Amino acid sequence: MLAWTIYISFIGVLAVMLLPRGNPRPARIVALLTAIAGFGCAVGGFVQAQPGEKQTIVQVPWIPSLGIEYHLSADGISLVLVLLTGLAAIAGILFSWNIENRAKEFFAFYLALIGGVYGVFLSADLFLLFVFYELAIIPKYFLIAIWGSTRKEYGAMKLALYSFVGSAMVLIVLITAYVNAGMKTFDLNILAGASLPHQIWAFPVIFIGFAILAGLWPFHTWAPTGHVAAPTAASMLLAGVVMKLGAYGCLRVAMTLYRQGLVESWGFSVLGVGSWRELFSLLAVIGIVYGAMVALVQQDFKFVIGYSSVSHMGFVLLGLMTLNSLGLSGAVLQMFSHGIIAGLLFAIVGRMVYDRAHTRDLAQLQPMNLSRVLPFAAVTFIIASAASMGLPGFSGFVSELQVLIGAWKAFPTLSVVAGVGILVGVAYTLRALQKAFFSDQEPAPAGVVGNSGHVGELEPISVPERLGSILLIGASVVIGVYPDILLKFIVPACSAVLTGCSPTAGIPQ
Amino acid sequence: MSMIQYLWLIPTLPLLAAALTAIAKQPQRRFAATLAIASMSLALVLSCIALTVALQHWGHGEPEHQVYNFRWFQFGDNHWLELGWVLDPLTAVMLVMVSFVGLLIFIYSTGYMAQDENFTRFFCFLSLFAAAMLGVVIANNLLLLFICWELVGLTSYLLIGFWYHKPAAAAAAKKAFITTRIGDLALLLGMVWLYSQSGTLLFYNGGKGCLEQTALLKLVTQTTSIGVAVSTGIALLIFCGAIGKSGQVPLHVWLPDAMEGPTPVSALIHAATMVAAGVFLVARVYPLMGAPATLVADHAEVVSTALRAVTWVGAITALFAATIAVAQSDIKRILAYSTVSQLGFMMIGLGVGGVAVGMFHLITHAFFKALLFMGAGSVIHGCHEEQDIRCMGGLRKFMPITFATYAIGMLALSGFPLLFSGFWSKDEILHHAHTWSVSHWPFYMGVVGALLTAFYMTRQVFYVFFGNCRLTLGKTTTSEQRTVAHGGATAKEHPHVELSSEPHESPLVMTAPLMVLAFFSVTLGFIGTPAWPWFQAFLEGKQLVSAPGKLMEGGILSVMGLSTIVVFAGIGLGYWLYGRKPVPASQQPDPIERLWPDVFYLLKRKYFVDEIYDWAVVGLNRRWAQACDWLDRWVWNGAVQIISYLTVVLSWANRVFDEKVVNLGFDEGCEGVSLGARLMSKLQNGRIQNYLRTIGLALAILVLILIWGCHAQ
Repeated sequence: MLAWTIYISFIGVLAVMLLPRGNPRPARIVALLTAIAGFGCAVGGFVQAQPGEKQTIVQVPWIPSLGIEYHLSADGISLVLVLLTGLAAIAGILFSWNIENRAKEFFAFYLALIGGVYGVFLSADLFLLFVFYELAIIPKYFLIAIWGSTRKEYGAMKLALYSFVGSAMVLIVLITAYVNAGMKTFDLNILAGASLPHQIWAFPVIFIGFAILAGLWPFHTWAPTGHVAAPTAASMLLAGVVMKLGAYGCLRVAMTLYRQGLVESWGFSVLGVGSWRELFSLLAVIGIVYGAMVALVQQDFKFVIGYSSVSHMGFVLLGLMTLNSLGLSGAVLQMFSHGIIAGLLFAIVGRMVYDRAHTRDLAQLQPMNLSRVLPFAAVTFIIASAASMGLPGFSGFVSELQVLIGAWKAFPTLSVVAGVGILVGVAYTLRALQKAFFSDQEPAPAGVVGNSGHVGELEPISVPERLGSILLIGASVVIGVYPDILLKFIVPACSAVLTGCSPTAGIPQ
Repeated sequence: MSMIQYLWLIPTLPLLAAALTAIAKQPQRRFAATLAIASMSLALVLSCIALTVALQHWGHGEPEHQVYNFRWFQFGDNHWLELGWVLDPLTAVMLVMVSFVGLLIFIYSTGYMAQDENFTRFFCFLSLFAAAMLGVVIANNLLLLFICWELVGLTSYLLIGFWYHKPAAAAAAKKAFITTRIGDLALLLGMVWLYSQSGTLLFYNGGKGCLEQTALLKLVTQTTSIGVAVSTGIALLIFCGAIGKSGQVPLHVWLPDAMEGPTPVSALIHAATMVAAGVFLVARVYPLMGAPATLVADHAEVVSTALRAVTWVGAITALFAATIAVAQSDIKRILAYSTVSQLGFMMIGLGVGGVAVGMFHLITHAFFKALLFMGAGSVIHGCHEEQDIRCMGGLRKFMPITFATYAIGMLALSGFPLLFSGFWSKDEILHHAHTWSVSHWPFYMGVVGALLTAFYMTRQVFYVFFGNCRLTLGKTTTSEQRTVAHGGATAKEHPHVELSSEPHESPLVMTAPLMVLAFFSVTLGFIGTPAWPWFQAFLEGKQLVSAPGKLMEGGILSVMGLSTIVVFAGIGLGYWLYGRKPVPASQQPDPIERLWPDVFYLLKRKYFVDEIYDWAVVGLNRRWAQACDWLDRWVWNGAVQIISYLTVVLSWANRVFDEKVVNLGFDEGCEGVSLGARLMSKLQNGRIQNYLRTIGLALAILVLILIWGCHAQ
């Protein structure tokens, strides 16, 4: 069932490509149906799954001479992220309903990206995982470079280069691990027992390789520019699922392969930091506070959200570094939660505001009375802000609470600092909210405010946008009120990752 | 029927009302108001049932906590996060107070907000607030309490910023939210710490809760690296949350600004209920606050560090805010500072006397302060949105009901002896402060605070209700501009008001709640007098002993005498300065300003706390953020740029090397080959005569060689 998420997406790519040129409508509809079918498969797999089991979906030899297998499997973590991908895919298509320019190619790239992401989350063979990982990165470049805005070539290139540097680091370590083990296999659990000196150098390389994509400070600078340059749907996917690829890789690959390298002390300490774990948890916390601080002074609305993503992904990385089941499950839930909320925020900024007002400059949005002109956008943004600030009732609260408690057990001081990050988060969110929607000033004299003359003539919010918003808000609220839906899958899977031996109850399909 | 299973209905009813109102379309005003009021009435009925249930369980020596707990979600390995609600005397009295005062304010709002275009939105938020506040009250879990606490903060933000088109209101909303969030952060950390130490956040759970013997003993015996007990650290962090919510120094700055919201909001949220939530929180976690004294009988005389902190913060706030109130001229801001000051009194009460003492003042204060705010709303309404007391005067004649009820509220707040509730509750606080074993200073500060309270309330009443009417009508049309100019000192509340010629009394829907509240402002005091301490006994679960003779005991009598003197002194001073001759016209300086202009200025500008915060906290934060932005823009991005430029430079160098060095040999070789080829190709130009010529030549040479060779042989 779950494997079909991948196949359906690629079938969708073909179907979209085969459509006649010119009319964008069929392409949209096919893409939407594909995404819905993919999500349906994800939900189906989710419903069938049992908490705590790691199910093997398919396992056949692929390149036997190298011992590479086509091996898909899913545990609780994969299931949750597959579900997230399905949701984000549907929402992204709903929010790019207005794409007219080369719609066919747009949706083809879009679905290819989605298929690659599904593949990464379901791969059990490292080589396969890497192939899907690359498959997800390539369409991203085209989506930004062709359909983007503000410095799109620059943003796309920066993003692509960062991604490829990251993958190169990952690939080097994977090959070393393969050769060193000499077992002719890319099976994760078999490769895991490397010698300590090897682990000590290999862990940071592969971890950073993945974490670049998760926005680890100071390797985060691709994220804001990439988000800003990307078209709405692409920035939703970028924040919604692509950043999660990085975090997932950190958790699934880097931390499983080289657990000892993560924990083991270097034998010396610099400024109180004596192991990779301490270093990366410090970087995660710096990212939380730093991202929030930078978001506080941005003039471009989308940059505010872009930096907030860096800040929120810091919680994921901090949760991973706690190495207890509370922090780890908090990190996974935060991936889900941030995927939904950041997607919604980018949708509001990119689709609802920018596509209509043609500016994202907060100073220029101020006199536009957007709360009067686009009341739906304003209300949606209030709700999304509340969710983003981690208010109770939304998924972010549960996940950040878990990460904080987990971090408190591991590094009390850092969790206090992370708390300060939450506080700054409130400040930048409210600032953006008020500037963009609720400043309601007297209209300034003509000529002073530049291009705000067309206020009041904005196109109303369309039905797909409303549906997309409701979908995402609903998901966040459901998880916020009853997080056990996901947590009962996440927690055993995280415990299994922590103990290192996955409970395998193979149910081949 | 066990009420405890259905306790969740009480907050759920207003929540449903809010949800239905939110879904419904805009113009159905009647629907929204009816729904909100009906839900609150039902909540009140259920609260009263809860109170009777709690009363039935009274008299067993300890307050009894009935709980209902359930699992929420899996929290780490084999742990479940449990939520639940509790019914004990503390919950019961708070439930009745919140739903009763809430109901009256809902009714009042239908009159006050009648002109507002966003009437339904207002009732939606108000119901949401009531739901969250009732949730805070019934929570049996610090996390559930925190969740509702945050929702209360959110609705407070939405309601302060209800007229978001006023820049002052928008700024005040933001300030309130962020300032309280600072306290909430400490509360969150305290909660995290508590959980990681005790493994549960349930207050009461049949001996396993975090406020019960086992867990507390564990917390008391552990010490942190800096030497204080873990229980103290956690208690102080939780108290920080209370400081933020209850507007205690140094986080008091948001509460006066919050008066930019509609007046019913000020009455409900920023006087009666939400700001009291901090006091309630301290009362709720009192076993933790008081540990180890609350735990071990031998330590009963020892006052815990946390309670000392509570007392001192309360005392400083009580005095500090009272001095500021003396010099304010906005009718609602005076009341706001008075609220801050009274919340300080409640904190003193909790610190020196225990739950019952603080809670008694909380309950009486909720009634008379709601009364005062709604009276002020009625005044503002009657004066066509004028809020500056210097521009009022003589309203006694125009608004008799408002005046009478306001006077009762003022006397209750000042603590006028024997008849008014404020006297009994404040007197009990002062009495316990007097006997506090640690220090007498909180008592002195409280006494001065009480004196100032009586004084500034007298000043306000004389300004507003006595003398000549100084109201200049028609000025209100420009009051919005004045709002901007004065930084929100006055405010225009309704955009469309018909101007009649003079001030008028408010409609019955607004005055009726005033009369009900006035009734309770008088009578509530009698349930907690030293002669018949019903309230205190109920809250502490003790046997009720009525002892009329206690009133005549030395300690109690002398404190009562002192506070009577203080009240009369305050009122007398107020009369002497403001009542003897007509209050000066609106442009003339205040009598105190004439006496001590510098002191008055300092008080009027609230000790410049806002300016200091603006400079220190906000400014520092902004500079920090800019530094980070700079770092991102130039250093990190710069590094990336430099690397990319270096790559480009390296590529150029490669290209040059390629062309000049590597390609050189290749090119030379190619050159040589092609030269040879060119020469060769010249030979084969396809002309027969050339070929023949060559063949001929070759033949001749061959023949010559052969001849030469033969000769040689």
